[in-house]
Amino acid sequence: MKRISILAGHYGSGKTNIAVNMALKMKSEGFDTVIADLDIVNPYFRTKDSLERLDAAGIKLISSEYANSNVDIPAIPQDMYSIIDDKERYYIVDLGGDDRGAYALGRYADKIKEENSFEFYFVFNMYRPLTPDAESAFEVMGEIERACNMKFTAIINNSNIGELTRENMVLTSVEECSKLSLMSSLPVKFTTVSSSLYNKLSGKTDNLFPLELQKKII
Amino acid sequence: MSDMVLMKGNEAIAEAAIKAGCRHYFGYPITPQTEVAAYMSKRMPKIGGVFLQAESEVAAINMVIGVASTGKRVMTSSSSPGISLKSEGISYLAGCDLPALVVNVQRGGPGLGGIQPSQSDYWQAVKGGSHGDFHNIVLAPASVQEMASLTVKGFELADKYRMVSMILADGTMGQMMEPVSLDIESTYSVKKPWAVTGTKGERQHNIVNSLFLQPEELEQKNFERYERYKLIEANEAMYEEYLMEDAEICVVAFGITSRVAKNAINEARKQGIKVGLIRPITLWPFPKAALLKAADKCKAFISVEMNMGQMIEDIELSIRCKKEVHLCCRTGGMIPSPEQVLAKIIEVDSKEA
Repeated sequence: MKRISILAGHYGSGKTNIAVNMALKMKSEGFDTVIADLDIVNPYFRTKDSLERLDAAGIKLISSEYANSNVDIPAIPQDMYSIIDDKERYYIVDLGGDDRGAYALGRYADKIKEENSFEFYFVFNMYRPLTPDAESAFEVMGEIERACNMKFTAIINNSNIGELTRENMVLTSVEECSKLSLMSSLPVKFTTVSSSLYNKLSGKTDNLFPLELQKKII
Repeated sequence: MSDMVLMKGNEAIAEAAIKAGCRHYFGYPITPQTEVAAYMSKRMPKIGGVFLQAESEVAAINMVIGVASTGKRVMTSSSSPGISLKSEGISYLAGCDLPALVVNVQRGGPGLGGIQPSQSDYWQAVKGGSHGDFHNIVLAPASVQEMASLTVKGFELADKYRMVSMILADGTMGQMMEPVSLDIESTYSVKKPWAVTGTKGERQHNIVNSLFLQPEELEQKNFERYERYKLIEANEAMYEEYLMEDAEICVVAFGITSRVAKNAINEARKQGIKVGLIRPITLWPFPKAALLKAADKCKAFISVEMNMGQMIEDIELSIRCKKEVHLCCRTGGMIPSPEQVLAKIIEVDSKEA
């Protein structure tokens, strides 16, 4: 298990939700897990929304003290540097969307690469309008890599349209994600699915990660 | 389902505007609507359109006036404080009889306020919101799909009546993600013989102007405009009714609060309370006739709003104060919970029994 897992991707691709789910899983497997919200872009729907759940599971949250407040500034949490210093713990780092969100990672990039115990995941949702296929997603990957000065190490397929996601949509996305995998020469870590789709799809495709939606709006 | 995509409300507005033929966007970033501008900045250059981040909101709305004068579909978007800055230009658009789409993804106020969602610009939106005798058409979406469809409708109504259409959303509607079908082409178009497009020496030149040297002339212009407003009030009011057939209590709510209200109504129905919802989709024209009709059979009304009680006045006027209208609200960026609305329904039901 690599010590730092970083999630980046297109704006609204589902990074925060996956970060929270991955943290819960890692913690349940016995790793001392910390989740770090490095999102400097999004005003609403932050990792902090899952604070109670994370607290209950004993997962520490590093988050800007201004998240979910009226302070509208791209602030980095004051204790963010512990992702580098605190080598006893496992960190999941949730970046903001697009290249603009990825800039915040740049200042830590050299240290992360020096330690060389990290995975840098690109989160892909082909049902987002600006990344409908492998080609457009590949372009976004390049933009993000240039912004934070780090290269991705794997892809997470999070293609969905929410509760209306159907089996065939997931299967279509698995194919598209394989194309992205070929183009980028990166492995696909897993494909996320809701727990209800998980049973229906097992056997039809492998490498599924059941996901629970953390934030539901009325 | 496979033609559906997952979008933020703000992105849905931007993509729908492009689908409606808008190729000119002028704006200035402000939370929680910045994704409209961000999306336009990525898409417009790829389709030969114009995305321009102006030096200020005032500059952006004046660029809108310029493009609107040429008869092209044009839009700007902002959030509450930014709309106040644009209000001078909105009055000029009204005075020049120019069609344009203005989007307000509201946040808490007054003043700089906050960045959390709000509906406290209701009065500003439906009463014109700037100087002079005029109205804007005001559309209030309650889903990401409606953010898209009402954007297209907004452009069409603006063209039809030569006036500003405003999308009055809130931060939650702008930021939340839902599946959307983008099968929403605009099929309505009108000729614009008034547009300033160059005479080519073949006709008299057109003039776009809001200054009138004689008061009689200005009065006549305003009379004409209000004849159009009468037509709009008679023909364009849109609303949704939910469980109103046998309702004794009528909840009125628009946008995100209508979704909270529906949840509360479903709970109240389980408890045997006959309650329904009227959701205005157009806030101007306000669905006065539907409300007046409801006043004859309902014993009371509840207005659910994310402000200190603004739409409640339009409800009281619409029903000519025949029944009491109660208020259930949060303000300052807070959203009422279904439990709060349910408690109000139960309270009103026992009071009016």
